[in-house]
Amino acid sequence: MMIDAIEVRKNFPILSTTVHGNPLIYLDNAATTQKPECVIQTIDELYRTSNANIHRGVHFLSEQCTQKYETARETVRKFINAEKTSEIIFTAGTTGSINLVATSFGERFVSVGDEIIISEMEHHSNIVPWQLLCERKGATLKIIPFDDKGILRIDLLDSLINEHTKIIALTHVSNVLGTINPVKEIIAKAHSRNIPVLIDGAQATPHGDVDVQDLDCDFYAFSGHKIYAPTGIGVLYGKEKLLEQMPPYQGGGDMISTVTFEKTTYAQLPLKFEAGTLNFIDAIALGAAIEYVNATGKQNIIEYEQKLLDYATKKLSAIEGLKIFGEADKKVALISFLLKDIHHLDTGMILDKKGIAVRTGTLCTEPLLTHFGKTGFVRASFAFYNTFDEIDTLAKNLEKILLMFN
Amino acid sequence: MTINEIQEQIIEEFSAFTDWMDKYEYLIELGKNLPLIDEKSKTEQCLIRGCQSRVWIDAEYVNGKIIYKADSDAIITKGIISLLIRVMSDHEPAEIKNADLFFIEKTGLHENLSPTRANGLLAMIKQMRLYAAAFALIHEKELI
Repeated sequence: MMIDAIEVRKNFPILSTTVHGNPLIYLDNAATTQKPECVIQTIDELYRTSNANIHRGVHFLSEQCTQKYETARETVRKFINAEKTSEIIFTAGTTGSINLVATSFGERFVSVGDEIIISEMEHHSNIVPWQLLCERKGATLKIIPFDDKGILRIDLLDSLINEHTKIIALTHVSNVLGTINPVKEIIAKAHSRNIPVLIDGAQATPHGDVDVQDLDCDFYAFSGHKIYAPTGIGVLYGKEKLLEQMPPYQGGGDMISTVTFEKTTYAQLPLKFEAGTLNFIDAIALGAAIEYVNATGKQNIIEYEQKLLDYATKKLSAIEGLKIFGEADKKVALISFLLKDIHHLDTGMILDKKGIAVRTGTLCTEPLLTHFGKTGFVRASFAFYNTFDEIDTLAKNLEKILLMFN
Repeated sequence: MTINEIQEQIIEEFSAFTDWMDKYEYLIELGKNLPLIDEKSKTEQCLIRGCQSRVWIDAEYVNGKIIYKADSDAIITKGIISLLIRVMSDHEPAEIKNADLFFIEKTGLHENLSPTRANGLLAMIKQMRLYAAAFALIHEKELI
């Protein structure tokens, strides 16, 4: 069923606001998405009716809240088709999830002389935690390059993997190029050499249908706020057999079984990795956001966003002097570009005054920019509440900017 | 003209603009007339680095006054710096140090003061005042 964006927009209160006297055109969805009424209401209601710390209390509110929290975990499990809820760990976001693995997996499995493989198109969040690990352990980071179209050179993977490789950490979808990487194929190749794989799913979960069992990935990280849920909540999926072998990441309440000054034993999964009071309100709201996405239909979202991407690519490509970066056949709905030699900041500042929100700058991917010899891009990223009219307005304003700077 | 007189002049110029596009077009024009730094002087030392645009500001001390030069890879940013230079350049260090830059708010440019604009106006102003303070220390220490 084709999505009716005009109807969908009614669920997102912020989309009817104006910016500098113009209707807001929000094209910064890859940075964070707007929140539907049902998510906002969930948070509001929880604080009004159900707030109590989870897992510890015997009283009514605490039990009610704990139940909702664990129901949200089950909703997440189904959403990415994990086998067990013990494999679903709530974190602060994708960055939190990757740091957890880099620290805990790294502590257990990485030592001097070992190697970790990432790619040239990673977000800083999937670079820096591994660099920190390499510095701590005396390990080395190796990089899978991409070609000028923004496609990973997986033909080079075999030459990068060797007996020292301890983990491959790779983004499912590039936040700048939009490229959907063939992660299933890469995972199969890595597994044939007994190497586990972490997938950064921050940009994939909002636009696709993720099945961690089908992918057979060992870890999968994503953020709530990019998928219509609040900020400050995210997920780490990990295979139980690996999570069991990994030491706790942080110590504190809720992650313990017994504590004495001589020896502490840890809680079972997933609580072993959820120290302290988790952001349970937003975890429950993430559940509500996922239910909203499910009700809209993942396939409907994929189809509609693909149409938006095709239309935007056609419109923007037709602008003389506009260059798109990221031309893979399989992309999610986002376009990074530059207008002639006009600085990305100039383009972004003028679009802002027209009510159009785009992202400019390094997009947290400096090595990727270095590949193209650029200091920044302009990125328009779409969600299923965006319309074809909004793309027309964007294109029209880009033409105007070209005239202004000529 | 004093720093305040120049500011009043700029506010007057901006009062003619009815919307932001006019202001930006004006800033783009101003950017083209910025007294540029020599390419060879664009060193790390005078670079204000941010994630959005790069800005270079340099200064010299001539007959008791500070003369600024600058450059940026973004044109609107260049226009904004050219306003700052018009206000601050060719004045004595003490004047620069004590200047109340009220034109920024009156022209609406304070929107560019947001701390997320990492090398926005705040960083530029700070750098310009630092140059003034440093030159005062070198050349006028006997006066202090």
